[in-house]
Amino acid sequence: MAAHRLSPSLNRLLLAGKYASFWTRCCAVHGYAQYSTACSPNEKTFDKILIANRGEIACRVMKTCHKMGIQTVAVHSDVDASAVHVKMANEAVCVGPAPTSKSYLNMDAIMDAVRATGAQAVHPGYGFLSENKEFAKRLAAEGVAFIGPDTYALQAMGDKIESKLIAKAATVNTIPGYDGVVKTVEEAVKISQDIGYPVMIKASAGGGGKGMRIAWNDEETREGFRFSSQEAASSFGDDRLLIEKFIDNPRHIEIQVLADKHGNALWLNERECSIQRRNQKVVEEAPSTFLDAATRRAMGEQAVQLAKAVQYSSAGTVEFLVDSNKNFYFLEMNTRLQVEHPITECITGLDLVEQMIRVAKGYKLQHKQEDIPINGWAIESRVYAEDPYKSFGLPSIGRLSRYQEPLNLSNVRVDSGIQEGSDISIYYDPMISKLVTYGATRAEALASMEDALDNYVIRGVTHNISLLREIITHPRFISGDISTNFLPEVYPDGFKGHQLEADSRRELLAAAAALHITAQLRSQRRAPSVATRCPCVKVEVDGQWNLASPLLPLAINGTHRMLQFKVRVLSKLAAQLNSYMPEKVPEDTSSLLRSPMPGAVVTVSVKPGDSVAEGQEICVIEAMKMQNSLTAARQAKVKSVHCKPGETVGEGDLLVELE
Amino acid sequence: SGEMTLPPVKYGAVAAAVPPTNLPRGCRWSSASALSVKERIDHKRKTALCGGGQHRIDAQHKKGKLTARERVELLLDPESFVESDMFVEHRCSDFGMEQDGNKFPGDSVVTGRGRINGRLVYVFSQDFTVFGGSLSGAHAQKICKIMDQAMMVGAPVIGLNDSGGARIQEGVESLAGYADIFLRNVMASGVVPQISLIMGPCAGGAVYSPALTDFTFMVKDTSYLFITGPDVVKSVTNEDVTQEELGGAKTHTTVSGVAHHAFEDDVEALLNVREFFNFLPLSNQDAAPIRECHDRSDRLVHSLDTIVPFETTKAYDMLDIVHATVDESDFFEIMPNYAKNIVVGFARMNGRTVGIVGNQPKVASGCLDINSSVKGARFVRFCDAFNIPIITFVDVPGFLPGTAQEYGGIIRHGAKLLYAFAEATVPKITVITRKAYGGAYDVMSSKHLRGDVNYAWPTAEVAVMGAKGAVQIIFRGKENQAEAEAEYVEKFANPFPAALRGFVDDIIEPSTTRRRICRDLEVLASKKQLNPWKKHANIPL
Repeated sequence: MAAHRLSPSLNRLLLAGKYASFWTRCCAVHGYAQYSTACSPNEKTFDKILIANRGEIACRVMKTCHKMGIQTVAVHSDVDASAVHVKMANEAVCVGPAPTSKSYLNMDAIMDAVRATGAQAVHPGYGFLSENKEFAKRLAAEGVAFIGPDTYALQAMGDKIESKLIAKAATVNTIPGYDGVVKTVEEAVKISQDIGYPVMIKASAGGGGKGMRIAWNDEETREGFRFSSQEAASSFGDDRLLIEKFIDNPRHIEIQVLADKHGNALWLNERECSIQRRNQKVVEEAPSTFLDAATRRAMGEQAVQLAKAVQYSSAGTVEFLVDSNKNFYFLEMNTRLQVEHPITECITGLDLVEQMIRVAKGYKLQHKQEDIPINGWAIESRVYAEDPYKSFGLPSIGRLSRYQEPLNLSNVRVDSGIQEGSDISIYYDPMISKLVTYGATRAEALASMEDALDNYVIRGVTHNISLLREIITHPRFISGDISTNFLPEVYPDGFKGHQLEADSRRELLAAAAALHITAQLRSQRRAPSVATRCPCVKVEVDGQWNLASPLLPLAINGTHRMLQFKVRVLSKLAAQLNSYMPEKVPEDTSSLLRSPMPGAVVTVSVKPGDSVAEGQEICVIEAMKMQNSLTAARQAKVKSVHCKPGETVGEGDLLVELE
Repeated sequence: SGEMTLPPVKYGAVAAAVPPTNLPRGCRWSSASALSVKERIDHKRKTALCGGGQHRIDAQHKKGKLTARERVELLLDPESFVESDMFVEHRCSDFGMEQDGNKFPGDSVVTGRGRINGRLVYVFSQDFTVFGGSLSGAHAQKICKIMDQAMMVGAPVIGLNDSGGARIQEGVESLAGYADIFLRNVMASGVVPQISLIMGPCAGGAVYSPALTDFTFMVKDTSYLFITGPDVVKSVTNEDVTQEELGGAKTHTTVSGVAHHAFEDDVEALLNVREFFNFLPLSNQDAAPIRECHDRSDRLVHSLDTIVPFETTKAYDMLDIVHATVDESDFFEIMPNYAKNIVVGFARMNGRTVGIVGNQPKVASGCLDINSSVKGARFVRFCDAFNIPIITFVDVPGFLPGTAQEYGGIIRHGAKLLYAFAEATVPKITVITRKAYGGAYDVMSSKHLRGDVNYAWPTAEVAVMGAKGAVQIIFRGKENQAEAEAEYVEKFANPFPAALRGFVDDIIEPSTTRRRICRDLEVLASKKQLNPWKKHANIPL
């Protein structure tokens, strides 16, 4: 049986959990995240671990801790006081107000929490302090284990410039570029010209696509330099940048490594992470359709060489760019648990968090390279609270008024840190969950993913399920013909939602009509004398018509489908009369600049009376750590400015009015 | 109700009083006499269906408005409309009104009965294409006739208003017509639900009919309600104001509180009134309707366990609680944009219609002020009149202080809400989610006002006032205010003081709220409670 497959009894427990209290549910979900590695009861690790993170990754780490019999401590900001990770932990400590710099990045407060709770080790998750050598040092100074690599590896790999030099020395393939910190805009332009466009400007301390810009000419270099340094400063507190050759149309494939403190290191196969938007991963899979065994081994061996070169211990990831000829270049090494680690767990059967904890305690690796299998196929979709119709995803916020994970399906794993009623706020990453499906073959995993996405109920925030579903059902994706440019190539004008074909349109209309009629009939039921005529539909629709359920399982012409409706059905008469109804004229927006998303105003570059050219930057909005430049839609004079730097704005708020 | 008699409108009496026209009688009848009666009937019917003629219908459509008949057809179940008085014509003979071209069978209103989802309703729909929908004696008579019938059989009345005002040519005849309608509005009040949908102009005396009905809905951009139009306003008070600003849907749903809801257009409005109608009983003799329910009555609502923030000063959205608790998140909010510090509206619990009242912490901390008190009171009284159980969610820091409120008569207006809750004999279930401070605690359907089931969430604080204010009074001049505050919070900022005294029946987990209320409503369905006999009560108006 697959490592993470649900046992029938567990499945029942899950269902029971739906109706029992939250705690039962939490435990059920916890029990569900099973990995094939049974933990050895004799292998004593830690009594208590503090998880210096929030959201899904904090919950993910706690699940394994609880499985290993380890007490957990959550840290949280004040707005997160009733978050899922706080409830799941045995103890919780508030470490400050909502902004991350004052809470989850607040080392003093977290160190205090470690002392106060007597935690013997800290798991940093990803992001926040996970690759912060200062934090690791301070923990070490107090005799608390940092569940991650040693400070030397953190430092060596955390700096992109240094890491590149080390990689070169370890005979790992690297990308041509400038090995040093770029200090000024003009220097950046000169270096870019030397390397030859296109170039990539990125934060030396960065990761996750933040502080990263591509430039095709001098002008873009200047702009990119400015943005990247600002973003780098706000995300990592380090504004150093570097520049390298940008490889057009590459794949992003990474190798998971696992090393112990005794000089042993393993590669746990690859993850294909090419589907990205704005350099952030959206859909990942393991293994990759593109790699043959030889390339896989070559990449794995180079990754292990690099890990050994920096005396790496714990789990880490070596990212490569792979060009169409299967040449691969070292990109960077992430010295932490990756967001997308579950797919590796699915195909290898290893619990990476458990391995990290063991290694941190000083145990040797349990496995040899030849023990590492590729069992089946796993796919991960990152479900985000964002609007996929705006640049493949601009953050959206709100309260999850309804939330139901597709855990009723088999071969589905959902890593999340939210529940019905949770708030998605502007302060943190807008990720709702990581939806992972598994199958013996890629086709099976994909079919499960489609099913799972259809069964996922999210209300209250805008989400990207529609985009995810489009991606995983796209012929190019199915055939494995992907690159990091997949989204802009497939949707050159942006994502416009699913385009219905005539057949599916008819089916959907029939289903909507049937739903409408069901609702109508229900309204009339108290008057049984009312004659109701059978709708004359050529599409046969059958199903359980529960009008309260957000999910509608239907058989349309015999095909089973899971539908989620938000539908307005008009009778024939109403539709006819609707043609007399006036078009409500939307306000002229070309002179109004509104915030496309909730966030904070970073800079405002204009004042009333200024003349702006088309495309000129008017202000910059930061949301979820991304800086977005808003530009003038046409040449005009600024009439009024309605925002100032530092202010929080909501989606649709008026920022600047042009004449 | 058999004892109640209305002065009969003398059908035809007015016509008889009209002096004979100077035209030779043969003139009017000679053409008609050539036709058989059957043909004349058909002709009249056909003419009636065309209202004021095709070009006026086109003009109506061009304005984005439907015709009176299209509206009726869309409002009612297909083919359920039974028209009355299609042959009634106005009887005015002044100013050339008596000429053939100025007579329209049915005059300027379409009346009759029909069904909405199979349930009986009486309808009148003013026809703007005939004399601008102006109200003639005959027009009023037609409306009065269906209202009398509706009262007799116990069915709601829906009025679709689209009228320029009085038929000036008829003078006092028209005014009498208005008064006849007003009287019936008043007599029907509390007997059958009355709904007004304003779909065009409604000015002058005409506005008082909608004002007397239970609910007034408007259509955005095409409907207006005012006593006097912008021109008169300009001449009297020298104010410059547009029709829209003076009496448009936005004004009346946000500023004046005259209208209860605004809809985008005619189609939207009519379809919504159909939905709304589903919530209402047919008359005060009917129980609140029950619809087949697909939402489990014992569904636990986990999201409610985390909805009330830890900090007592932090706001949350009461609508989130309402949507999560009621059947299928289906909540028809009344006055959603007026006095937003109180939320009122209709929903269902296990299929049964209920009225929801809730303080809205998101707006002005959910305090009670003049407007919210009046909004709440009127809604509570409607529910009580029509046997609709009332569920009250309480998070109220008190009445809003200030000269504006005191001078405006908050005492008098606040008393209305108190009065309405106290007088109501329908099942009353109250859930205190957080603050229930001071007099406002008493007002919000407290145990003391005959609340049937009163719950507190663990986050509830029932006290005379918040900790800070209380400490300043109790421990005036004391050194350690912070310690005193902590003591007060420990003692009073929790549900125990109220629970100890039985002022709340139980302290419940928020997630069980839906289950509890559904069960309680089942029990309370047979509740019988009578107030002492009185001619009528004297609510502090």
